[in-house]
Amino acid sequence: MSENKQHDAQKSYLEETGGRKGIFKWILSTDHKRIGLLYLYSIMSWFFIGVTLGVLMKLELIAPGITIMGAQSYNATFTVHGVIMIFLIVIPGLPAVFGNFMLPIQIGAKDVAFPKLNLLSWYIYIAGSILVVSSLFAGGGPPDTGWTFYAPYSFKTGTNMLPAVLGAFVLGFSSILTGLNFLVTIHRLRAPGMTWLKMPVFPWTLYGTAWIQLLATPIVGITLLMVIGERIFNIGFFDPAKGGDPILYQHLFWIYSHPAVYIMILPAMGAISEIIPTFARKTIFGYRAIIVSTLAIAFVGYFVWGHHMFTSGMSGTALFTFSILTFIVAIPSAIKVFNWVSTMHQGSISADVPFLWAASFIFVFMIGGLTGLILGALAVNVHVHDTAFVVGHFHFIVFGGTGFAFFGALHYWFPKIYGRMYDRAWAKTGWIIFFIGFITLYGPMFYLGIRGMPRRYFDYLPDYHGPNIISSLGALVMVTGFVIIVINLFKSARSGEKAEMNPWGGTNLEWRIPSPPPLENFDEIPTIDKATYKYD
Amino acid sequence: MSNVHRDDIGSKLGMWLFIFTEILLFGGLFITYAVYRYLHPEAFHLASQELDVPIGTINTIILLISSATIAMSITAIQQKKKKLTLWLIASTIVLAAIFLINKYFEWGAKFEHGIFPGSEYLDSLGYGDVLFFGLYFFMTGLHAFHIIIGMAVLGFMFYYVKIDRLTFDNFQLLENGGLYWHLVDLIWIFLFPLFYLIA
Ligand SMILES: [Cu+2]
Repeated sequence: MSENKQHDAQKSYLEETGGRKGIFKWILSTDHKRIGLLYLYSIMSWFFIGVTLGVLMKLELIAPGITIMGAQSYNATFTVHGVIMIFLIVIPGLPAVFGNFMLPIQIGAKDVAFPKLNLLSWYIYIAGSILVVSSLFAGGGPPDTGWTFYAPYSFKTGTNMLPAVLGAFVLGFSSILTGLNFLVTIHRLRAPGMTWLKMPVFPWTLYGTAWIQLLATPIVGITLLMVIGERIFNIGFFDPAKGGDPILYQHLFWIYSHPAVYIMILPAMGAISEIIPTFARKTIFGYRAIIVSTLAIAFVGYFVWGHHMFTSGMSGTALFTFSILTFIVAIPSAIKVFNWVSTMHQGSISADVPFLWAASFIFVFMIGGLTGLILGALAVNVHVHDTAFVVGHFHFIVFGGTGFAFFGALHYWFPKIYGRMYDRAWAKTGWIIFFIGFITLYGPMFYLGIRGMPRRYFDYLPDYHGPNIISSLGALVMVTGFVIIVINLFKSARSGEKAEMNPWGGTNLEWRIPSPPPLENFDEIPTIDKATYKYD
Repeated sequence: MSNVHRDDIGSKLGMWLFIFTEILLFGGLFITYAVYRYLHPEAFHLASQELDVPIGTINTIILLISSATIAMSITAIQQKKKKLTLWLIASTIVLAAIFLINKYFEWGAKFEHGIFPGSEYLDSLGYGDVLFFGLYFFMTGLHAFHIIIGMAVLGFMFYYVKIDRLTFDNFQLLENGGLYWHLVDLIWIFLFPLFYLIA
């Protein structure tokens, strides 16, 4: 190193190794930025496995009958695909990657409240992930229950349920610790002058998410523990042969797993709320409405879980209540959509890569949200329950919502994270191919579902052949787009042209420090004196 | 970086949030208990009479005393009484061990009578008994596991006080350990009446 002392202060976090070498500068570092990237790389690796399994399913469904696999392999494929995608990817997704990287910077802090605990959370995440993935290979064959682990089958089947369920339990623990860390960080480490109502939207959504992580995850934790107890000790909690109640399992499972959808989508909405004002060059419209709707979603989201069980057996009153609450929880989401659109209204929009992702996010999120209302209506639900319609809705929300926002956030903060810019032409090409593939892949599922094609079968009636071909081809198109995006980002992270401090003209704190940021983010903790997203 | 900045309030806040999650973890079991008790009131009533109330009472008293000793240790460290602090933490750990020994004999007696999850005898008793004892073993077992974790935590606290890493002006970690111990105690305070006393 030939730099002089003055330069030393500006050394970026990527150059600052703390005297460690090779992989140790990553896996022993408690720097929130490095931990964020650790999550990014691990999540991306698991994502490749998840995508591969998804493609295998679409190949199987390209024609009726056995195409490339039989019933048991198909059951295992959709189970492991679901478990990996949900527990390893979309639940940690935005909070663990961009939350870790950006939260301290956006609130003007040097790190999270508990840096060591933060690193520990990553190790716990890796331990849980390895358990889950090991279920693919060890012993009695991959799990075949679906990602919901419904009882009593989950403790009757001879497949490797134990590593999968235990892995999900361990991952929950990691999620709780991350949420706890973020809550304390937001409460204690905001820079002077950053009052609650001057905090950018992304930290706000992380705040709402963290509460859900904290309050909902323990319930699924204990439920999974009970399933483990059933498998090992044969206790009988959910075993009708012993007086146990499988419906109780479903309740306990969805008490967590519906709010978990908001763990996935709230930070995604936060990222979109960062991108849109920057590229519309306008202060975000209705900042307070966005904050309030974030908290409203987090709160009401607790009381709608029953909509997953409309056909399982519940009293009429319960059905009605869960249905109406499901409609109510859609209101704050709609408020956000109006806010984003109003922010764009009369702005001077530059349709750069992150903006394209954000705009397509709004499009697919609206389709996902509106089809959610169709599912929330009692009478219709009975018709489309457990059909391809649900699969379409779910992927529009979780992949279209969280996934698009993830890619948008990645393209938005990439120059800040790596200090380099990606090739925008390739990024746009990747985006449009991905977007077209996405719609082609999941769009036909709505039609198939309405026509009555059940989900989770390797086979279907010849009547359903046409839309299934379209859907499978869409999968291949989408994967092509995905590969282009990943290669472009991967190459640019190493050799893209150097990025400036503020390539997009953003207003929040992360754009006022060098790209990539120095180890401690700020030379001096900043004092905040004006509202967030203010353009002069 | 990580050690420069010390925030006792933040650390306490983190501990409280963690305790919250632990309560919710048991909350799932309390819900299950409530549901099955509602479905099988008779059987739950009869099964609870099989439990050893004197041992349960003794264990409750033991835990209450241990909560007092750990609370006193926090006062002691603030008054710079290191020896007393160590002594109080050690007695907490010993009381926890006595609790576990009692539990061992209590469980052992049940096992001898053929009452344990999955046993043929228990299955022959009917749904209510299967569920009551399933919950009993699962919940007291999970609680005992928390006792063991708590003992390990307090073991570290003992060591930290001994090497003066925790002192009169830096004792937040001990306070957090104490909070965790109170949580373990609190859960038992719910378990005891639910299984032993309610008729
Ligand atoms: Cu739901």
